[in-house]
Amino acid sequence: MVELTLPANSTVKSGRSHPAPNGAVNCKTFRIYRYDPDTGDNPCLDTFEVDLDSCGPMILDALIKIKNEIDPTLTFRRSCREGVCGSCAFNIDGTNTLACTKPISEIPGEIRIYPLPHMPVVKDLVPDLNEPYAQYRSIEPWLKADTPAPTRERLQSVEERERLDGLWECILCFCCQTSCPSYWWNGDRYLGPAVLLQAYRWIADSRDESTGDRLDNLNDPFRLYRCHTIMNCTNTCPKNLNPGQAIGAIKEAVFRRT
Amino acid sequence: MNERKVSRPRPLSPHLQVYRPQITSFLSIMHRFTGIILALSTLLFSYWLLSATYGPEKFAIAQTVMSSWFGQSVLCGLTFSVFYHLSNGIRHLAWDAGWGFELDRVKITGWLIILFTTAMTVLTLVAAYSASGKG
Repeated sequence: MVELTLPANSTVKSGRSHPAPNGAVNCKTFRIYRYDPDTGDNPCLDTFEVDLDSCGPMILDALIKIKNEIDPTLTFRRSCREGVCGSCAFNIDGTNTLACTKPISEIPGEIRIYPLPHMPVVKDLVPDLNEPYAQYRSIEPWLKADTPAPTRERLQSVEERERLDGLWECILCFCCQTSCPSYWWNGDRYLGPAVLLQAYRWIADSRDESTGDRLDNLNDPFRLYRCHTIMNCTNTCPKNLNPGQAIGAIKEAVFRRT
Repeated sequence: MNERKVSRPRPLSPHLQVYRPQITSFLSIMHRFTGIILALSTLLFSYWLLSATYGPEKFAIAQTVMSSWFGQSVLCGLTFSVFYHLSNGIRHLAWDAGWGFELDRVKITGWLIILFTTAMTVLTLVAAYSASGKG
């Protein structure tokens, strides 16, 4: 349901401040969402002043520097630091993107970093992603074919393979998923842009033989049709993919077969 | 200690409070908003039409209501809503036909709708007020 405000236990208080080290001239202010499940206090916004002269160029570099040098309790997910693992997805400067591919220099003024929006927070910048993972599982993201497996790989023409471009590159960072107001209000029943893009990745695959079942599963007022073509998803995707277009293609496929 | 942690619900991360306004979602909520306004406006127009069937006095009252400063501002808002909902509706039809999903097209068509709606609203009001001035 639509709830425009945050629940009482989720409102963000002001937090501690960590000023820049003495002698630092090139400083940038980071305001970072903190939540400690052990204290039971409300989340707060901590301020960190970071010396950019001794910091790497990306937002993730600053987060790692803060964790290493200022506050080791700062908790966030990260792994590949080059935009292929999808771990370090946050709400940075008001939109969702990957901290490892977002340059600090692109953001004027102070930089605000929150967890992915409208998700339960485990700690600091770590959201609970169990629900979108379960939704991903529900679309059965694997090749389903009844015909016996050939002795070698299942062949695809060059054109058939090209239809998967723009779909297979998704790294499931859930930036798009958590940018979608429709997913905010109906995330328990609407599958969301990331999961629907993955669903279309298997519908579009020439080797998959269960397109009908897949469309049956999606043809539902909530699972698919809570997409109102808002297009925040495509606007925020750090990999420049187009979940909105993929969802449109699913709607068209449902329409064309009837 | 662990029991307390389990029983305490996790906080919900901020959403509308922190998400920077996007042209995509702004135009989308405007479509719904103008749709609701237009649906409600049918009541106003029904009242206006029905008042005529109750005789000249009732119709004169309705005319006074509609031409008051409040009535005129409502009609201005309805003019805007008609053109917005019309043009954005066509944009939705294009999406349903599979056209216009590319991000640059989403933004260009979005700005075109803002331009079209503003221009047509102003033109309509200018036409309406100059016609009523002559009458």
